Amino acid sequence: MLSTKTKVIALCSVAVLFTACERPPIETTQTGFRGTAMVDVANPRLPEPELGYPAALPPAGAGGPRAGDVYQNVQVLGDLSVAEFTRLMTAITAWVSPEQGCNYCHNPADLASDDVYTKVVSRRMIQMTQHINENWSDHVGENGVNCYTCHAGQNVPEYIWFSAGDSAFGNKHFVGWRDGQNMPDVGVGYTSLPSDTYTMFLKDPVGNQSIRLEDEMFSSGELGLSIKDAEYTFGLMTNWSQALGVNCTYCHNTRDFSNWEQSPPTRTTAHHGLNMVRDLNANYLIPLKPEYPDNRLGPHEGDAPKAYCATCHQGVNKPLGGADAVSDYPSLAGR
Amino acid sequence: MATYQNIFNRVQVHGEPDMGVPLPEGGIWERGKAGFNRLIGRFGEAQIGPTYLGTTGLLSLIFGIAAFEIIGLNMWASVGWDPVEFIRLLPWLALEPPGPEWGLRIPPLNEGGWWLLAGAFLTLSICLWWVRMYRRAVVLGMGTHVAWAFASAIWLYLVLGFIRPVLMGSWSEAVPFGIFPHLDWTTAFSLRYGNLLYNPFHMLSITFLYGSVLIFAMHGATILAAGNYGAHREIEQIVDRGTAAERGGLFWRWTMGFNATFESIHRWAWWFAVLTTLTGGIGILLTGTVVDNWYQWGLEHGFVPVYPDQSTTGDPAASP
Repeated sequence: MLSTKTKVIALCSVAVLFTACERPPIETTQTGFRGTAMVDVANPRLPEPELGYPAALPPAGAGGPRAGDVYQNVQVLGDLSVAEFTRLMTAITAWVSPEQGCNYCHNPADLASDDVYTKVVSRRMIQMTQHINENWSDHVGENGVNCYTCHAGQNVPEYIWFSAGDSAFGNKHFVGWRDGQNMPDVGVGYTSLPSDTYTMFLKDPVGNQSIRLEDEMFSSGELGLSIKDAEYTFGLMTNWSQALGVNCTYCHNTRDFSNWEQSPPTRTTAHHGLNMVRDLNANYLIPLKPEYPDNRLGPHEGDAPKAYCATCHQGVNKPLGGADAVSDYPSLAGR
Repeated sequence: MATYQNIFNRVQVHGEPDMGVPLPEGGIWERGKAGFNRLIGRFGEAQIGPTYLGTTGLLSLIFGIAAFEIIGLNMWASVGWDPVEFIRLLPWLALEPPGPEWGLRIPPLNEGGWWLLAGAFLTLSICLWWVRMYRRAVVLGMGTHVAWAFASAIWLYLVLGFIRPVLMGSWSEAVPFGIFPHLDWTTAFSLRYGNLLYNPFHMLSITFLYGSVLIFAMHGATILAAGNYGAHREIEQIVDRGTAAERGGLFWRWTMGFNATFESIHRWAWWFAVLTTLTGGIGILLTGTVVDNWYQWGLEHGFVPVYPDQSTTGDPAASP
């Protein structure tokens, strides 16, 4: 017979073992053909994430003089009425710099001045937002994005990336080479996969670096993609999975990852998302580098802050919980 | 006392250590001393030693330690020689094979050269250990079953780290030395070659692996369960059926209609274990060399079920 002490120890051990577990029942929703284990898994007892998304400001009149005529140096939103322009500026303040207010971007002595670097960056970010809403509806749909989608009330969005440069490759001299991997990194879910998948896949313009592992060997007669390439794609996919808070089957039938016909439509959305991020990084975010002070640049390469899936998604499959981000601010969609 | 009715008991009786059968004269390495350890006796035979190292054993240890040191020091260097980080991050650290740009050429030490060196030393060490296993069995007048079972595992090791990379023309196809890294490599390998689960030799290997576990559990349980009838004296019961063998056999005929004999169950176990790595090695060897996508191969050979399409658009990059 077990002694009481043994029983107590055993019970406590069992209790400790399960402390990190979420108790059943867990809700599962079938998303694919039966028997393929394609399900969304959700714990119904977890609280809804608090978005803190400010309520839309009351609509402003569209009549009267244009902002571009009244104010100086209005390069992007000059077609708005003065009331609409002021309303949008107020909203942006709440989205990006609720604590610092207008002066985070503006020189209070001369609001039109481009002295403050954040004003120059903001202008480009407004153009980027318009570009996303006008040209990337394949990815962002009708909901679109606004500043809060990424910024969430912070000056700098929480989820941005910088190139890891040589730091991902370990000791450069004689021993200790890591080949860009083998270090627990939050970006790849603390696996040992290559961590700087951003630089590999998200830095260059659309179509530059394929993430696909499909058969190239027999067609080209060469080695094709190596297993190390596969590890990079695997790392990137882990990053996406984390960014959206979903598992592989959200976008794939995992029996054949590369097969498009068996993949849910979400994978097509993700495909456009990849190209969107590449477009934004190459054409909007990377070129902003000269505008930033040194403390905003990357620690390894001195590069500009850049976007990836989590920049907007922030752990949920629909940013802002699927809220409409542009209808209340149509100027952000060029409407 | 029930304890004395079964040889599987906690009583430890120590006499003079058993030094084994008379053997030919050996060198200084070849006959160690022997003693007893009560704690070890709780898990197996209480006698420790005599050990036999010999020339092959000594060389094997030297090369093995060299490989271990190369791997370990590279891991340690990769965290800037920080001992705390080395321990904390050990499961993530690895010694990586060269990149694909090197093909089968020899890269600088710190770009995969250390991996080649460690692999060569480890292979040498393992093969020397195999020779030692083979020769010690012969000297003792035993069969060489242990050596050949070990050879099956060496086959899988060589396929993964040497034979397949050579056939593919690139060291980068080989496995890194590391705990998590080799697991992530395995998944990446499956992803790259179209899902290893559709590889029939992988299926066979898994079957033999799980089969080995099942057979081990069934046999271990049978022997323990019939221990009070002398089942632990397996060798005698192979040639002279005693009541334990009869009961054990009847138990399995009762429950599943068939029983292995006390002799054949060990052949079952040996073959299942050997075939696990033998078929596994064949499966790895064919991957990328003969079959590039196991899912497609399965489709072509009619064992992949066909499900309705989920996407109406197909590959968005292919559409104009």
